[in-house]
Amino acid sequence: MNGNLFRGELVRLTAEEPELLGKTFSSWDRDSEFRRLLDDEPPCLWSAKKIKEWFEKDSYEGDESGLSFCIRTLQEDCLIGFIGLWDIEWSHGDAEVGIGIGDRERWGKGYGTDAMRVILRYGFTELNLERITLGVFGYNGRAIRSYEKAGFTVEGRMRQALYRDGSRVDIVFMGILRHEWQALNGERRED
Amino acid sequence: MKISESLFVAENICLAPIDHEKDAEIESRWTHDAEYMRLLSLEPALPLSAAQLKKRYEKIEKEQDEKKNLFYFTVRMRPDDRLVGFARLYWIEWSNAGGFVQLGIGDPNDRQHGYGTQVLRLLLRYAFDELNLYRLTALIPEYNPLALHLFSKAGFVEEVRRRKALNRDGRRWDLLHLGILHEEWDALQAGPK
Repeated sequence: MNGNLFRGELVRLTAEEPELLGKTFSSWDRDSEFRRLLDDEPPCLWSAKKIKEWFEKDSYEGDESGLSFCIRTLQEDCLIGFIGLWDIEWSHGDAEVGIGIGDRERWGKGYGTDAMRVILRYGFTELNLERITLGVFGYNGRAIRSYEKAGFTVEGRMRQALYRDGSRVDIVFMGILRHEWQALNGERRED
Repeated sequence: MKISESLFVAENICLAPIDHEKDAEIESRWTHDAEYMRLLSLEPALPLSAAQLKKRYEKIEKEQDEKKNLFYFTVRMRPDDRLVGFARLYWIEWSNAGGFVQLGIGDPNDRQHGYGTQVLRLLLRYAFDELNLYRLTALIPEYNPLALHLFSKAGFVEEVRRRKALNRDGRRWDLLHLGILHEEWDALQAGPK
């Protein structure tokens, strides 16, 4: 058994208090580039109070269709982002992963890729999923490279699905199957 | 297209509102056909009572009224208004001008008569010429070749193949995303050059 299921090489996955989540997410969201890399809806600015209330209402144990974590660096124990599995189709063993590194000073330094590796292991060894899916915007090359490093393959493109700054951009879909993940991770069951 | 050309009426069928009194009993029968349910949806197939469906109809109209990102229609025969199916444009994102499309013809005896083709033609015109959407997506399981044929014939192309995303009858199947852009639909309306 792997006792360090939540820990990677650079980050660990955590649960945080709604108070801190409200404050932190509300400040991250003021970075419009972060929001527009993350989400296809127009970015909104919500108060710390409102976000806190959402977390109080929604993030409880036993929500069956999704689960999410916060990301903290191992070295400084800083809260830098979040990651989660949503739209879990239990009968088919498929789920969608989403990740955001809200602290832009941490972009491009391997934290996201490490967090992705941790949640893939969680999805395949704890939830026993058969595959994991994600969608990423065509203009987010850094994320696409990170996902490829973690083992994802491009499965297609929703053509021109996003309309931003006067241009139409594809949404790229990527997936990783259980056996592909196992091949990358060498079936280290007994370490 | 002209304003006098109906958005809701095709040769044999029409798009119509929900009938909260009469539709639920008919649709309840369809939901007891597991094959229909599995062709239509990824969710585990489940029969629904008329009472459950009546509640669902309330929910659909409430969502359509409040969120403005759903357009739901029943499909009825002409001229007697017999219920034969449903159709919807859903998950509409106005800022990106995209949406999803789904339709179902409930009774196996009503399939293979071209009704689906007529419904889809009406839906595409509604989406592109009335809602002014830019693109539509349909999610189709690999094991539903009739739907793949229907949407391809209407101009949709395969865009994404979610490998082995579905598990049914002990085997894994791909889930396909089919898409069509406004300009592709326009070109089809103009006909072959």
